[in-house]
Amino acid sequence: MTNSPFRFRDRIVPQIIPVVVGGALLFGLPQLLDLFTLLQVTLYAIMAILALSLGFIWGYGGILCLGQSAFFGLGAYAYAIAAINIGESTIPFALALLLPAALAAAFGYFMFYGRISGVYVGVMTLTLALILFNVVNSTAGPEYHIGKAPIGGYNGLPNVPGLNLPFDPQAQLDPVATYYLSGGLLLAVFFGLKWLLSTRFGRVVVAIRENERRVEFIGFDARLHKLAAFTIGGALAGLAGCLFCVWGNYTSPVIFSMIQSAQVIIWVMVGGVGTLLGPVLGAVALSWLTAEVGMQQLFDANLLFGAVLVVFVLFVPRGLLPMLTERVWIRLARSPPRAPLSHSVTASGGSA
Amino acid sequence: MKLTRRDTLRSVATATLAAALPMPFIARAEAASDIVLASLYDLSGINQEVGKGMFDTLSFAVDEINEGGGLLGRKIRVISYDMQGNLQLGSQYAQQAALKDRADVVHGGITSASREVIRPVLDKYKTLYFYDTPYEGGVCDRNIFCVACTPAQTVEKTIAYATKNWGKKGYTLAANYNYGQITADWVKKYARDNGGEVLGTEFFPFDVTNFGSTLAKIQAAQPDWIIAVLVGGTPLAFYRQFAAAGLNSKIHICSTTFGSSNEVSILAANEVEGIVVCYNYLEVIDNAKNRDFVTRFRAKFGANYPPLAELAMSSYQGIHLWAEGVRRAGTTERMKVIEALESGITLDMPSGKIYLDPATHHVTQDVHLAVYHDKMPKIIETFAQLPPSDTAAVCNLTKNPNDNQQYVIKVD
Amino acid sequence: MAYATVVGIEIVYAIATLVLVSLGLAIVFGMMRVINLAHGEFLVMGGYSATIAFHHGVNFWIAIIFVPPVAVGLIGLVIERTIIRFLYGRMWETMLACWGLSLFLVGLMTMIFGGDTEGVPMRVPGIRIGAYQTSGYELFVIAFSMLLVGAVWVLLRLTRLGLLARATMQNTAMAEALGTNTDSVYALTFALGAGLAGLAGGIIAPLSGIVPTSGGSYIGQAFITVLGGGASALTGVTSASLLFGVVGQIATFASNAVLGSVALLAAAVILIRVLPDGITGRYFQGNL
Repeated sequence: MTNSPFRFRDRIVPQIIPVVVGGALLFGLPQLLDLFTLLQVTLYAIMAILALSLGFIWGYGGILCLGQSAFFGLGAYAYAIAAINIGESTIPFALALLLPAALAAAFGYFMFYGRISGVYVGVMTLTLALILFNVVNSTAGPEYHIGKAPIGGYNGLPNVPGLNLPFDPQAQLDPVATYYLSGGLLLAVFFGLKWLLSTRFGRVVVAIRENERRVEFIGFDARLHKLAAFTIGGALAGLAGCLFCVWGNYTSPVIFSMIQSAQVIIWVMVGGVGTLLGPVLGAVALSWLTAEVGMQQLFDANLLFGAVLVVFVLFVPRGLLPMLTERVWIRLARSPPRAPLSHSVTASGGSA
Repeated sequence: MKLTRRDTLRSVATATLAAALPMPFIARAEAASDIVLASLYDLSGINQEVGKGMFDTLSFAVDEINEGGGLLGRKIRVISYDMQGNLQLGSQYAQQAALKDRADVVHGGITSASREVIRPVLDKYKTLYFYDTPYEGGVCDRNIFCVACTPAQTVEKTIAYATKNWGKKGYTLAANYNYGQITADWVKKYARDNGGEVLGTEFFPFDVTNFGSTLAKIQAAQPDWIIAVLVGGTPLAFYRQFAAAGLNSKIHICSTTFGSSNEVSILAANEVEGIVVCYNYLEVIDNAKNRDFVTRFRAKFGANYPPLAELAMSSYQGIHLWAEGVRRAGTTERMKVIEALESGITLDMPSGKIYLDPATHHVTQDVHLAVYHDKMPKIIETFAQLPPSDTAAVCNLTKNPNDNQQYVIKVD
Repeated sequence: MAYATVVGIEIVYAIATLVLVSLGLAIVFGMMRVINLAHGEFLVMGGYSATIAFHHGVNFWIAIIFVPPVAVGLIGLVIERTIIRFLYGRMWETMLACWGLSLFLVGLMTMIFGGDTEGVPMRVPGIRIGAYQTSGYELFVIAFSMLLVGAVWVLLRLTRLGLLARATMQNTAMAEALGTNTDSVYALTFALGAGLAGLAGGIIAPLSGIVPTSGGSYIGQAFITVLGGGASALTGVTSASLLFGVVGQIATFASNAVLGSVALLAAAVILIRVLPDGITGRYFQGNL
């Protein structure tokens, strides 16, 4: 098969098309859009990275984390506090990746090595996000500060400096440059995860989602793999948090809220659990919808999103993308449909 | 894995889907000869009563101007954003007002937290900002005008009254964010200035509903009076539980926020009896301009409209101050309007005379102490033309036009 | 001494509140394994129904004790028939659907009632203990929650409906083979859980204002109390509430309300890690 004369057409071309499209979008959009819309697109790219972090650990790893906002928020706060103290952005950027990763690793160790799985993982991660929210939300007094940066409680941290070129605080990134960075990082994360899933590590992670016990019988350490996947998810959420803080030049405790976690879950669910493009599309479409809905007075935003979530759980549990692409090419290609993917998010770890 | 028609189609289909995403975003150019005023208030969420009140008076003021021929012969068009109590939306809508709507001015932000989120965005994108809500003072930024009262104008008088009439020992309950924190510090300072002291200060998030342990602590401390610097849903629960524990007959209450939402209509008369407040505006103020304003306002919005409060009036006054600045400048160009606003404007408003101080961008105005009897405020004392001395002590934009920060009082 | 009594009452009150707030969820989760994340909103709907009834002239005590469980129980019945019953056995789907339902209800209540803080005035006078005043209503809540736990126990243990409910939850197929209409049993059990949540909301209404988003502050505590308690509905909830209530309240008195709730949450996380099946997964097994 690898030596087939059609190798280029069969294996390389499908990989190239998405890269080309991604690149075209990244470099083409600034030419077409005005500054305001470009800022919006930057936001959507950032949300897409956050969605990918959950899409990876949930869709492929089977870990339903109900508190992804904990890592998202920690990334934002780590960046904000470090940037205000240090004055330039390279180390804060690194911290925004490392601290959430460390928290994910520690908490993941706490959970997975205690053989907690399924629903209880959801509960514990939810509680983690709740704890962080409550703590950060109550630090409004002047006594709560890390170095020069007051944590600020409910007010959050305004006036956070933007990103600058590595180690050169004078060279601040303007909004267009921030767009390129965010879009570029989105593409990097997307293709990076795609590659990761094709490695042995990735395949084991997916196998664990399908049947944890069997994977262990084969000889892999399921807990270690889940921990690693969870940590990667945490780091990616932290990256999104850092970019989000840079985008708005501020951060506040709302970033840790249950509403934020719920939004990420809705994006992934609507977009397509078990795909990579699904979460991206879900994040973009629903973030856009949130802003639009906020501008009209007829329907409450919560009402709409709650209804969306319920409808999707009942009727489209795997999300839009799998449903659409299967339907689309069924009709066009006129070939028999594939057997449906098993929506195997098991309730307990490893039923044989 | 053979490349089938299926796979190619799938790739292309998903790629097209992805490429189709930006389509809604291609900008549509908008032309307008109207003056654009963007408003950023909470029309839903926990502060919606306050937000709606401020938006109603804003529209009323804009209608007054438009019906009188407009501003510089042009109509004012209001674009309203509902912040929904969400700071992120505040940041986003501020960006949108500045970049997409190219607003000539933004009036908005209720909580001080929202103001501090909106202010840097409007600074960055060079859009004039009017903050029309009473707050803790100290903002020094040439791009912003803060029209409502600050602690030196209201809190100082309240604490002076409390220490003189009720006793020297106080206790503070404040919302846990910048407004609550900083105002609590001002309370400490003014108590000390009047020979009293604050026995304790407690901070609450917006959704605390159980004050049991707080009430126990208050009773242990035995203050003569408490001051409630509470916002959102907490005040209601607090006044109710305070009365339920029978404490409202023993310990006096004053507040910096009472009456600005719908507490008066929901609480029982005995739960709010004797609460003392100090505001620039109360609907019961007796002067010709106010009587005329109230009549016209209620004619438009209905006789059952809730009592008009401080924040609603400062929103109204903010619009008129800005409009006067534009008239004097003869243009809506930002720096010219700012300079016109700094020329020393005095207006005659339903709350009395107001004067926009050039050095601080804050307003000198009348202030009234009132006490609630049978759910109605009764004015006890009026102080005429109090300057914003707290901000004036640290901020002088005439001397330092590039100053850009919020000064925070330090009390040990 | 008087201060110690007041602190003691506050602790017992915190436990009682946790029990009250979590009982409905315990029934729904403990018996049906449904993680109803809309539980907080059921509470809020109970509060609103009490407020509306009271403002329409209904007697205070009837408005807070009898109106909410009936109103919210009916709503729960409708929800079970339209959404929940398609998702039994699929724990994550039910959790997500209930989360969506929670958002939907918040939005619906916001559209109907606005963001106003509603409320019912307190009708129980204060009580003096030494030099302190404490709320007589808190004592009422404590007494009521004890009565309620007893009543639910009686219902589940001593009545035929309770027997059918327990049988259906233990072994649905067998119950059906013996002629029970399991569909109705499921529906009624969910309605019972919803009604209990509504009742809790009604009882709490006089103490604090209700806004459509109030549910958010209750769902976290209820959720972890139920999961910490484990599979047995009543024993689990009471034991978990005892533990968390004491931990939380002591931390609150030692520092402040926020650290109190953080201590409660942290205790829950540790408990679930140590006892993954909850307290009654290991102790008090076999009890109701």
